[in-house]
Amino acid sequence: MELYNGERPSVFRLLEKYMRKGLYSILTQGPIPTHIAFILDGNRRFAKKHKLPEGGGHKAGFLALLNVLTYCYELGVKYATIYAFSIDNFRRKPHEVQYVMDLMLEKIEGMIMEESIINAYDICVRFVGNLKLLSEPVKTAADKIMRATANNSKCVLLIAVCYTSTDEIVHAVEESSELNSNEVCNNQELEEANATGSSTVIQTENMESYSGIKLVDLEKNTYINPYPDVLIRTSGETRLSNYLLWQTTNCILYSPYALWPEIGLRHVVWSVINFQRHYSYLEKHKEYLK
Amino acid sequence: MDLKPGAGGQRVNRFVDPFAQISYHFLQFLWRTLHLLVSLWYLQVSMVQMIEGFLISSGLVKRYGALDIDKVRYLAIVVDSEEAYQISKVIQLLKWVEDMGVKHLCLYDSKGVLKTNKKTIMESLNNAMPFEEAVEKDVLLDQKQMTVEFASSSDGKEAITRAANVLFMKYLKYAKTGVGKEEPCFTEDQMDEALKAIGYKGPEPDLLLIYGPVRCHLGFSPWRLRYTEMVHMGPLRYMNLGSLKKAIHRFTTVQQNYGT
Repeated sequence: MELYNGERPSVFRLLEKYMRKGLYSILTQGPIPTHIAFILDGNRRFAKKHKLPEGGGHKAGFLALLNVLTYCYELGVKYATIYAFSIDNFRRKPHEVQYVMDLMLEKIEGMIMEESIINAYDICVRFVGNLKLLSEPVKTAADKIMRATANNSKCVLLIAVCYTSTDEIVHAVEESSELNSNEVCNNQELEEANATGSSTVIQTENMESYSGIKLVDLEKNTYINPYPDVLIRTSGETRLSNYLLWQTTNCILYSPYALWPEIGLRHVVWSVINFQRHYSYLEKHKEYLK
Repeated sequence: MDLKPGAGGQRVNRFVDPFAQISYHFLQFLWRTLHLLVSLWYLQVSMVQMIEGFLISSGLVKRYGALDIDKVRYLAIVVDSEEAYQISKVIQLLKWVEDMGVKHLCLYDSKGVLKTNKKTIMESLNNAMPFEEAVEKDVLLDQKQMTVEFASSSDGKEAITRAANVLFMKYLKYAKTGVGKEEPCFTEDQMDEALKAIGYKGPEPDLLLIYGPVRCHLGFSPWRLRYTEMVHMGPLRYMNLGSLKKAIHRFTTVQQNYGT
């Protein structure tokens, strides 16, 4: 299989790939996370550290992202979620916001091309978040890649843009409210229809079955499902920054000190090893909360 | 830690070629050896942390002598529910926190073991008041006593669900009186208000300390964790004052940019 960038692999790369395969064959003797989430923290600090021009950190970060996704999908992780852009990030300097949007547009268009990692791993790409806040060109490109990869089924890449957890929870409440209000309207119509009929049995049954928004309604209407097993935030930061707060009840939080562009295979492997160490404990906790 | 082989492990069938059987057992051996080495690594790390904790507690490490405790406006402690039965350990931990000058504390475990033992815990503290009482008497800003809030998993997603129903009822009321049916449109501030209306007035903690086997918040209210720093302190049975001081000291040096 050719590498995601379409270049013919060198001997060194082939050797590296087979060593990785050997490592995966050991790791897969234990449970592998179904879903790993990432907070891509440290691109600007990386650029400052290496005296790169503006945007250099984000470019290096994108290459790191492709490597990490490759490792995840090779290992058998089916879902990967990345926190690409927060609603809070709109408060950054306008030219910085514009740079990130332009980079996103460039990379989305690149992903649609042949020889990309998307095709190599049969990845379904989904953009999640408050997409109405995206600029028109980026929204159009995002819709295009989602349609183009809708039938891909081996792996899923969720890209959280214009996303915060609190916005997601409010969105879930809105969706659940709309669905439940339809149910209430149907009950009322039934009530009105029954008022002219002879039977009240149907009316009573339907009114009793309505009990408001349930927890399962909110869970169905969050942007991101299934819930992640591991969340990796680089740069040693120990907070979630309004990301996946709802979904991380039983998720291992891992904060390596490496800046995002410095993330490598060893971080992914370490997170999987820790997942395996605590798998039974977290499964028991999930069962308790059901 | 309880290692379980996963679905990735090959099935052993005595009728399969012997080479496959040998390679399966060899890979299983390598996997278990890998985990043994990782466990030894963590054992070594725990021993170093215990020694460091002892040195900090005895005042030999000057760096942790003076803590700027005012930066920790609201501290939360998450305890694994099985470990939360060690009430004497929990009380000792709270006494340390109280002595350090923390003014507002939230104690959480998912099964509500700490809530069940609320009376015992509060009676053991010198100068603490339940959070609900402080809110009722409007003395939250009073720095004389430490307020203690008790929470469990029912105060997390389930509370948000109840608040969602408050918003939903308001929407239904509005929809009945409105000219046409508009789609529901809520804001985060409205969600805040709804939570307060049903009694959930606890603020977002600045720092969350996790006592348990895993660095995982175990269902602490998602609405209250946006920018909370989360530190894993290890199992409760190995807690020590030095590690607590170190975690708080580290928090006081963190700078957040809140996404900007």
